[in-house]
Formats: sequence, structure tokens, C-alpha cells
Amino acid sequence: MPLDIDKLLSTPAELTDNSTAKCPVVLMTRIRLARNLSTHCFPGRADDGERKEIFNRCREAIMATSSMKRGMSVAVDELAPLQRQVLVERHLISRELSAAKSGAGAAINKDQSVSVMINEEDHLRIQVLRNGFQLKRTWTAINALDTALESSLDYAFSPRLGYVTACPTNLGTGMRASAMMHLPALVIAGQMEKVVRAVNQLGMVVRGLFGEGSDASGSMFQISNQTTLGESEPDIVKRLHNVLQSIVDHELNARAKLLETDPAKLPDKIGRAYGILKHGHVISSSEAMNLLSLVRLGVDLGYLPDEYRTVVDRLFIEAQPGHILHRADKPKLESDERDRLRADLLRSEFANFPTPGYPTAGNN
Amino acid sequence: MASPLKCDLCDNPATVHLTQIVNHKVHKVDLCESCAQAKGVTDPSGFSLADLLLKASLNPEPTAPAGLRCEHCGYAPDDFKKSGRFGCPQCYETFTDLLEPMLDNMHKGTAHTGKIPERALQRKQLHDRLHELESELQSAIKAERYEDAAKFRDEIVQVRQEAGLSTAS
Repeated sequence: MPLDIDKLLSTPAELTDNSTAKCPVVLMTRIRLARNLSTHCFPGRADDGERKEIFNRCREAIMATSSMKRGMSVAVDELAPLQRQVLVERHLISRELSAAKSGAGAAINKDQSVSVMINEEDHLRIQVLRNGFQLKRTWTAINALDTALESSLDYAFSPRLGYVTACPTNLGTGMRASAMMHLPALVIAGQMEKVVRAVNQLGMVVRGLFGEGSDASGSMFQISNQTTLGESEPDIVKRLHNVLQSIVDHELNARAKLLETDPAKLPDKIGRAYGILKHGHVISSSEAMNLLSLVRLGVDLGYLPDEYRTVVDRLFIEAQPGHILHRADKPKLESDERDRLRADLLRSEFANFPTPGYPTAGNN
Repeated sequence: MASPLKCDLCDNPATVHLTQIVNHKVHKVDLCESCAQAKGVTDPSGFSLADLLLKASLNPEPTAPAGLRCEHCGYAPDDFKKSGRFGCPQCYETFTDLLEPMLDNMHKGTAHTGKIPERALQRKQLHDRLHELESELQSAIKAERYEDAAKFRDEIVQVRQEAGLSTAS
């Protein structure tokens, strides 16, 4: 089925609607596998004809798998720039794919938890994502999809180097497993540098913006494995799981400590964020990220009911620039107009939020 | 006073310095602001430090015999140096001398210990068996062992079918 963006956005999705995997600290788990056909040049070297042949062959194999039942597929050059941006903001395609030459595209399943990019840097970039902290389940799902694809596609594989990829940094398993973590207390307590150093020493990578306080990042950090050769997939998953679990514990400890040492600090920040989201009229994209980050922390601390965590997670995606433009049905808008529309969206969503209950208020 | 560090990707002064420790080895990358931006260092979702390390590790001229090219895709070592990418799976065999010294710095090990595409293995086994049977068939014909030859021919047909190959030889 060809991809219809409006239909995609109106269908419940893993990241925006799935409330079964509510999880403080870890927003999303994602694993991707890089795979190539043994018989063809890598996409960067293949000419247009070869790229189209690869695209058709891979698309057919992907759409025949059970993971893609009622899924959609699309060639990138059939998408308008804004539609590509929406897919990037939903983590369904990469920026590289959105800028790719002809013969590139993606297949996306119904609930947007599986996306297979064709002719990005490698012939196939298979991706499975899950709401919350679910590394093992994500690995099981992607492993099954990969095995299904391998039954009809001849992968380039070397017994010594493993899955052969365009860039040698992906050799071996071709696997990058990651989690998007929400670490506001570690940021506020100024402990992120220490965490990054420790995580690096364990061969993992932290990506994120390290501004002062929680500026411009929403305190979101993506943590993933750095190396892909010399370690099996279950071992990488296990090691990453342990690292992530320990960061979760550190974040929860930092929250408890902040509440103990300065009991008004977090409720004050969260209350102000709530106020702006409920009553603001001009909100930039980065401000929205920071405010939503604080409200999410408010849910984690029990100031707001648990089910609002899913709403906040959805708004993290829907408040991004491409989504705001798509919602307004305008390919381009001045940024102040966009900030106004973003505030309108957030105000209308927050009109349905209950007033936060602050357990310590008035008791000190 | 020490001269200011230069960007690993161009010759401009470096203002962004990344350090990463993988398996107790310290890797450093120095970038100018525009290369840092182009590489997405400021973007939480987009950049790969491994990729940067790869480019930086290529800065000393790669040692490969002059005129070496991949027979399948025509890639030369210079193409790899420019893009940090190979042209096709075959390149890994052609440029193995170029690759080997990099792997040690880049990964946890130099040999794959993970998942194996079972079907590819099965296909390889069938191809090996086919090869073996064909040579046994030739020997049997030479030695005028026609009963054996007929047996090998039947088996070849069966293996070719299993491998999804045409049974007409």
C-alpha cells in the first residue's frame, strides 16, 4: 500500500499512543540493523538503475513479511519536503534518507513501530522502536524480522567480518541499539558530565545537548552502543541494558536528593512549566521541549496522574516544527506564526490536564 | 606556546574537541565549528563519533599499492579516504590491508561473534556439496564406474533443486 501521511498520523502509533509501556526516565528504545545485498554496489556507489532495482527487490521482500501487514511503503522522491520532515520527526526515516537520491524509500508498519529504510547508507536499515525501556523485546522483534527478510534476500556476509556494511564502523552485527533517556535531575544537579564519562568508558555513546541547566535539550539523551564487531547481539543488548538501568537508578536518586535538599525547587519549576503550557501564547520548539520535559518529570513524581505521561510523550513529537506546519496545512510559515500555533496546540491540550497536586505544598 | 589544534577534517583551527574512551583506549577528535556543524555534532540524534574517528584515523595516507582498484565496483583507496565508505561488499576483500589496522581501534574485537544468516550458510553448504559431487562425478566417469556416476548425477540434481538452481547442467 502506498504511504498516506494523513492516514499514518491518524492511526494510533507505538510512540504517541501506546500507554501500556509507561516508563519514567526511558522514553523510547530503538534498535537498527544495517544489511546489504551481496550482489550489488552499496547505495553510495550504485547508479540510478541499480538503486531502483535494489529498491524494488527489497520493497517486495519487506512488504511480504508479517511485520508489514497493513503497512505502507513509499519512495522518497514521491514525498513533499514537509512530509519527509514529519517522518524524520517521528523517527521513521533519517535525515540522510530524506535527502537521498532517487531509488530510496521506506516501508513503515501500521503502528509505526517498524520502519525499514531502503538505499540509505546501506541497502537496508531495519529499525524497530518501542515505547519505554524494552531492549530485549525490541531485539526479539527485529531479530525475527531480519530472519524473515534473509529468507528471500541474499545478505552480504563474511564469516569473519559479519554483516558487510558500507561504512566499516557498522561491520559485524550491523546493530545499533539505543534508548532515549529523560534525565532532568542529573542535568539540574550538574552530574551529566560524570555520566557521559562513565558511559564512554564502557564503550557506549551519549548523544544530546549539554547546555546549561536543561536549556534547549529537554534533558533528552540518546545512549547507544559504539562498537558492532567482536560482540554478539545478545551481549551488546545485555551490556547496554545494564548501563541504562544504572543510569535510570542514578536519575531516580538525583530526583530524590533534589526533593530532599531543596523541596520547593522541582515543584516550582514544574508548576511554572505547567502554567506556561496552559496559558502561553508564543512558544518556540526548544522552549516546548523544556517545558514538556518538566511536566513529564511532574508525572513521574506523582503530581499528575500517570496517563498524562503518554500525552506529554505525544506532544514531544507533535510540537516539532514539521508537525506544526503539517497540522496547519501550510508548507511554510514565519517562525513567530509557528510559535503561536504551537502555543495554541499546547494550550488546547493542557486545558484537559488536571491541576497538579504537590504533596509537600503547605506542609513545610 | 603550542600551536592551536587543527580540524581533523579540514585545516581550519579546531574549536570543538571530542574525547571518547572505548575499551580503555582514548580517541580524540578536533573539529572546526563548520565541520562540527556539518557532521551534526550539535544534533542529538544525528552524528556518529565512530564515523569521525574513522575519518580522523585515515588522515595519515593509507598504505595501499598504487593503482589498486576494486574489480567489482572500481573503487580506489582514495574514494574510501574521501567518503569513509566502501563501494561494494567485494571492496572488503580488495582493501583488506587498508581495513585491518583500523578495525582494532574502531571495534571491540576484529572477528564477528554474532548472528549468522542461516540461509546463506545453508546455501554455501549446498554449493560446497555440489562442487564436491561434481568432482566425484568426473572421477567416476574417468574410472568408468558408471553406477557410481549415475548415483552422483541424481544427487547433483537433488542438491541443485534444494539450492534453487536450474537442474539442467
